[in-house]
Amino acid sequence: MLHIVNKSPFERNALDSCLRFGRDGSAVLLIEDGVYAVTRGNIAESRIKAALGQMKIYALRPDLEARGMQDAVIEGVQLVDYGGFVDLVTGHTAVQSWL
Amino acid sequence: MKLGILVNEGPYTHQASDTAYQFATAALEKGHRIYRVFFYHDGVNNATRLTEPPQDDRHIVNRWSKLAEQHGIDLVVCVAAALRRGIKDEILAKGFRISGLGQLVETGIQADRLVVFGD
Amino acid sequence: MSDLTGGGEMQDESSGIIKKFMFVNRRAPYGTVYALEALEVVLISAAFDQDISMVFLDDGVYELVKGQQTKAIDVKNFSPAYRALEGYDIEKLYVDADSLAARGLTEDNLLVPVEVLSAAQMAELMDQQDVVIGF
Repeated sequence: MLHIVNKSPFERNALDSCLRFGRDGSAVLLIEDGVYAVTRGNIAESRIKAALGQMKIYALRPDLEARGMQDAVIEGVQLVDYGGFVDLVTGHTAVQSWL
Repeated sequence: MKLGILVNEGPYTHQASDTAYQFATAALEKGHRIYRVFFYHDGVNNATRLTEPPQDDRHIVNRWSKLAEQHGIDLVVCVAAALRRGIKDEILAKGFRISGLGQLVETGIQADRLVVFGD
Repeated sequence: MSDLTGGGEMQDESSGIIKKFMFVNRRAPYGTVYALEALEVVLISAAFDQDISMVFLDDGVYELVKGQQTKAIDVKNFSPAYRALEGYDIEKLYVDADSLAARGLTEDNLLVPVEVLSAAQMAELMDQQDVVIGF
């Protein structure tokens, strides 16, 4: 399953909830304010690094660029554009948005 | 693939409608079909023709209307959510239609994937 | 009411396709509209003969708390509708154990029978779904 998180880890617990229910082979895509979770030094960094051991983590590059955070991405997180977002959706059996 | 989209928030206040639009555009460029875009909760506010955003910024409502027209996309606004929020036929923007929640369920059944954009 | 399903052509539209639908509720009632409008979708979905599960996580567990009295806030109390779900053949209601515990709640606080799942069980259930709608 592809999990999408769109809120900052400081604002909502969506990322934490998402990671609680992710399984090996799941993928998580951070979009909109959710991209802050994959920036170096942020409060969620250790959770993201731990999750990278189990699942793939992606972030939407346009949202990072909009927020000026494109050079601060945690290693191991893969950046995608909207086309890549579409491929992630079609490449997984289902999609769950953690709002 | 046939993709369904659910937009749960209105224009400008949340990024949901923007992200949904960019996703839809990218999907069409890749040759996928958008089965339906369904607007629920405050998402129904994407359907009013009365918006007047500043000229130098994107016009979210018109953008959806144009995309629908260019690609024959079905833009559906939930009747119950619309009535609650004062969105009625007489103020609908081009390309949108008001219908029932069944259309959302049907999208889930008929589309290959349903992606939700919200708060 | 007839247009709630989208018109007469809605009969048997599923054309035999049965998918696993999961409706995910993570917000408390009354502070926002999501709990109420989520329930409206679930009730409509009953007409489509799909395999429906409702899941309550995080603050969503609060939606099921007994004894909601909304007179003083003058907002419609929609909690009785959770008890009506069974009559619509929507019987798969799941609650996250950790979310209940974190809120000092037990099954006894809830107004309908539910199945309480561990995180691992919930993850397994989510992974089986075809369509997941969060509100």
